[in-house]
Amino acid sequence: MGIQEELNTANFKVFKKMGYVVKYFLKNKLALAGLASILIFSLSALIAPVITPFEPDTQFFEGLSLEGAPLPPNSKFWLGTDLLGRDLFTRLVYGARTSLIIGIAANGIALFIGAFLGIVAGYARGWVGTVIMRFTDLMMAFPALLLAIALAAIFQPSLWIVALVIACVNWVQIARVIYSQTMALATSEYIEAVRSIGASWPRILFVHILPHLWPTILVWGTLGIATTVLLEATLSFLGVGVRPPTPSWGGIIYESQSYFLDAPWLVFFPGLAIMALSLSFNLVGDALRDALDPMKRGRN
Amino acid sequence: MKKLRLLTLVLFSFLFLAAGVCLATDIKQGGKMVVTYKDDISTLDPAIGYDWQNWSMIKSLFNCLMDYEPGTYDLTPDLAESFEISSDGLFYTFKLRQNVKFHNGRLLTGQDIKYSIERAVNPKTQSPGQGFFASIKGFDEMASGKATELSGITLPSPGIVKVELSRPDATFLHVMAINFASAVPKEEVEKYGEDFGKHPVGTGAFKMTEWALGRSVTFERNRDYYMKGVPKLDTIIFEVGQEPTVALLRLQRGEVDVLGDGIPPARFLKVKNDPANKNLIIQGDQLHTGYLTMNVKMKPFDNLDVRKAVNMAINKERICKIINNRAEPATQPLPPGMPGYDKNYKGYPFDPVKAKALLKKAGFADGFTTELFANNTDPNPRISQAIQQDLAAIGIKAEIKTLAQSTVIAAGGEPDQAPMIWSGGMAWIADFPDPSNFYGPILGGGGAVKGGWNWAWYINDELDKRAMEADSMSDPSKLSERLEMWRSIYISVMEDAPWVPIFNELRFTMRAERLGGPDAIFVDPVHIPVNYEHVYAKDAQ
Amino acid sequence: MLSIILKRLGQSVLILLGVTLITFSLSFMMPADPVRMIAGRSATKATVESIRKELGLDKPLPVQYIKYVTRLAHLDLGRSYKQKTQVTELIKSRLPATLLLMAGAIFFEILIGIPAGILAATQRGKFWDNWIMAISFAGVSMPQFVLGLLLLYLFAYVFGWFPLGGYGTWKHLFLPALTLGISGGGWYSRMVRSSMVDVLCQDYIRTARAKGLSELKTVLVHGLRNGILPIIAMIGLDVGIFMAGAVVVESVFGWPGIGQMAWQAIQMVDIPVIMGVTLVAAIGIIIGNLLADIVMPFVDPKMRVE
Repeated sequence: MGIQEELNTANFKVFKKMGYVVKYFLKNKLALAGLASILIFSLSALIAPVITPFEPDTQFFEGLSLEGAPLPPNSKFWLGTDLLGRDLFTRLVYGARTSLIIGIAANGIALFIGAFLGIVAGYARGWVGTVIMRFTDLMMAFPALLLAIALAAIFQPSLWIVALVIACVNWVQIARVIYSQTMALATSEYIEAVRSIGASWPRILFVHILPHLWPTILVWGTLGIATTVLLEATLSFLGVGVRPPTPSWGGIIYESQSYFLDAPWLVFFPGLAIMALSLSFNLVGDALRDALDPMKRGRN
Repeated sequence: MKKLRLLTLVLFSFLFLAAGVCLATDIKQGGKMVVTYKDDISTLDPAIGYDWQNWSMIKSLFNCLMDYEPGTYDLTPDLAESFEISSDGLFYTFKLRQNVKFHNGRLLTGQDIKYSIERAVNPKTQSPGQGFFASIKGFDEMASGKATELSGITLPSPGIVKVELSRPDATFLHVMAINFASAVPKEEVEKYGEDFGKHPVGTGAFKMTEWALGRSVTFERNRDYYMKGVPKLDTIIFEVGQEPTVALLRLQRGEVDVLGDGIPPARFLKVKNDPANKNLIIQGDQLHTGYLTMNVKMKPFDNLDVRKAVNMAINKERICKIINNRAEPATQPLPPGMPGYDKNYKGYPFDPVKAKALLKKAGFADGFTTELFANNTDPNPRISQAIQQDLAAIGIKAEIKTLAQSTVIAAGGEPDQAPMIWSGGMAWIADFPDPSNFYGPILGGGGAVKGGWNWAWYINDELDKRAMEADSMSDPSKLSERLEMWRSIYISVMEDAPWVPIFNELRFTMRAERLGGPDAIFVDPVHIPVNYEHVYAKDAQ
Repeated sequence: MLSIILKRLGQSVLILLGVTLITFSLSFMMPADPVRMIAGRSATKATVESIRKELGLDKPLPVQYIKYVTRLAHLDLGRSYKQKTQVTELIKSRLPATLLLMAGAIFFEILIGIPAGILAATQRGKFWDNWIMAISFAGVSMPQFVLGLLLLYLFAYVFGWFPLGGYGTWKHLFLPALTLGISGGGWYSRMVRSSMVDVLCQDYIRTARAKGLSELKTVLVHGLRNGILPIIAMIGLDVGIFMAGAVVVESVFGWPGIGQMAWQAIQMVDIPVIMGVTLVAAIGIIIGNLLADIVMPFVDPKMRVE
């Protein structure tokens, strides 16, 4: 069999699987709702200027009471204003951009690092594998949130730096999962057989191993975004996230936290947004996992 | 001495009256008070402590040669019974009180004073207050580790401490009243070593009896205190880890008597507007100025017109509104409560049109891009965003960098890193009520060094000379002349516009109904939040 | 088994050494000067340098690191730059709060997670299952600070049932522990559900049912007995997570744990404290992971190979 044919077969398997996934999704209402909500968030992030008449950074003079208190929801400012007199609704809509960009970028980077190291360690094994896996052990023992805070303190966050910081913390789990799967595959009789007929290592890796890892990567790619969205919000909440005035949901809560007894909407609207986005990715990711795991599918 | 009294009496007569009231001696001792703080108390070692929380606590555990009349900026002898200044201003002779005892029962001697000041100067102590003693003869030798004592401090006879300065220093009496100069007993310091800060022993009105790390600290009345009838309270309990919001609710329930961190910003309006609290909130001045520095070494802030334009572009009224009018717009580096403040100086007006014109004149008709550094604790990110919007209105695009305090300070100490810094949250509150305190490290040429605090990198040799001259006028009879000099120095600084003075914080202290004492001691300019020694409990009367 | 544990302990020492090395490097990469933070604003350049010398911060970094590790071998974590107190004392004063919160959080995780998981497993595919799984996902998707502030607002401020944060009685512990418990409980219920589903499909359960054992008894006796191991493994992981990962909840509720201390130390570049807390947290994580790893082979025989 030529490499192309093999790839086609592998891809066919994936496509066939995709068929199951779509069918499964159509049956799973929660997953559909999650997917729909992700689409809504993405769309509103894309066309934010159409949705809201205001700019996210405009500090309205009439957006604060005479004594400087934020305004509750009203007809002009639908969700009220923040402590600088900015329209909260507008900041939430634009904040979706921050969350999604960081969520997708950070998780993408983490996935790339994690999958790369996991595959290398799992396939090469030997001392390379040992070094990589001992390093992940080390990272596992490191308090993740403290690491993120320290990295953020060192690199003075911008949007992309925050994404990198999160990726630096989040790749470890992925590497471990991919590692154990790769190792299980690499030591399987099937791969032994392929190897014995003289297949080159890129061929084994890309044709025989990688296609089997796609489901895992896909699932982590989705579930990981949920974690990333939360971590971004947490860093912003601690004041070490993206720089103001870039709207970030966690940042809005950070800026308004001290006011929450008198202006709870400033905490709960952005809080709801964070939860909704993270929940959506969790639901979709979970459904993906079930759909891609034939054992589980049978049971549900 | 008398002359000094007379002059200060004229200058601070209004405050002095308040002081007279609170020295009333017919108040019974007894009762207790609970004070809350959010942050932990780091240390009660007077040579080390330099925080909001421990500053006043240390004052009531220890004494210095000098102190201030309660509720005022008025210097008065404390451990010293009296003092004399030589006519050239280089020799200060303090006569010690006879009957002062440390909490461990030992009598205070001149040796203790010498030891305590030398301890603060000794590099091994790592005292943040070391620099205050720089005018004492022999300072350089000791600070660099070449000498083990200060040659300028001598004990000619028992009960007399003589200090020789290497240059006249008009602020020296203030330095002798600063916490770092507190008398500590050598035997206790040596017994506890670096843990002395957790086992403080002083001569003060209170002694520390219990420290539950991370929870609370308890002070009991020092029954052997040399001043009769002081302190009023038997016990003060400082509870730490208390969120200001929680502390406020507890105060309203009667569980807490004083909010160490003040009224939480977010509840401020509600609390202030509640008629029930009318008598419980006391407003006072804070020796504080919040300012924006412009690095005059970095383009385009090397251009005076640009700096003036920025001064005119910022709407200080609105920034005060954003922090609920808990501050007043500032016109100059000195805060209004500070001697030497110029009431008639109006500063740069808020005038965006003129600011734009100035920018155009400077060759920046289309504005420019720059960076604004700020501390990342509330409300500083908000304030910097308000500044950012005002600057944007005249075409200056300032990117905000909100960072940890330590990082901002480090960036400010480099000549080419931070074009603009908002000073809020970096705790610039005066160490002592003297105008010179706002010059040296933050505007003087000496502070414009790597690692320094002159973040504007403003160096004006002529002003430095005038400042030096003013500070060598230690003759009390020249006080008004000296203050006038300082006034003119700050107005000259404003002409060069290295800063935008944004606002002066006001002080609002809230106390429980059961605490008594004149208002002045609740907004004591030296003891923050309150003067612990003179507050009394109404229920003990 | 014992030899595996011993080997793991040996590895753990190496890992801890690695943790100190990374923390050390990161601390010195921070764009701030700890000496300047100690020296304050009135310090002259000479003062700054003499303090630097006093703290040994003028030495090359490798020398400083070796010194640190040597002292560490004598269980000396050094003194806080800011407070001058022994770091061990500081940690000792805060560790009880951290452990208490951890215990409270795990209590709520179990209290919420196990019944919800059992109910979902027995009702598999039905109404309750769907709702419990959706709610548990909502729990894990909710940022802890939002949940914390929400609970604080409702139960402390509006209803006044609990104090608005702080430390002391069980009432102070309730809300922060519940916050952590709700977000962690979501994972527990999913875990319990899936392991119970596995177990409930086994033949012997069918037999037990067939023998006429009541449904409740079947589930509790047989199902839970097998479902309990993954829970223990999860508790092990949680111990690690809560060691220093409760920073956010601690800051919302003003809880004096070591997470808050680490956070403040990072702000102040108080390197000995940063190092000390990270080390203690890493020890917690390693112990927790070890617990999980010891239990895991009993859960999934495939893992025994490793």
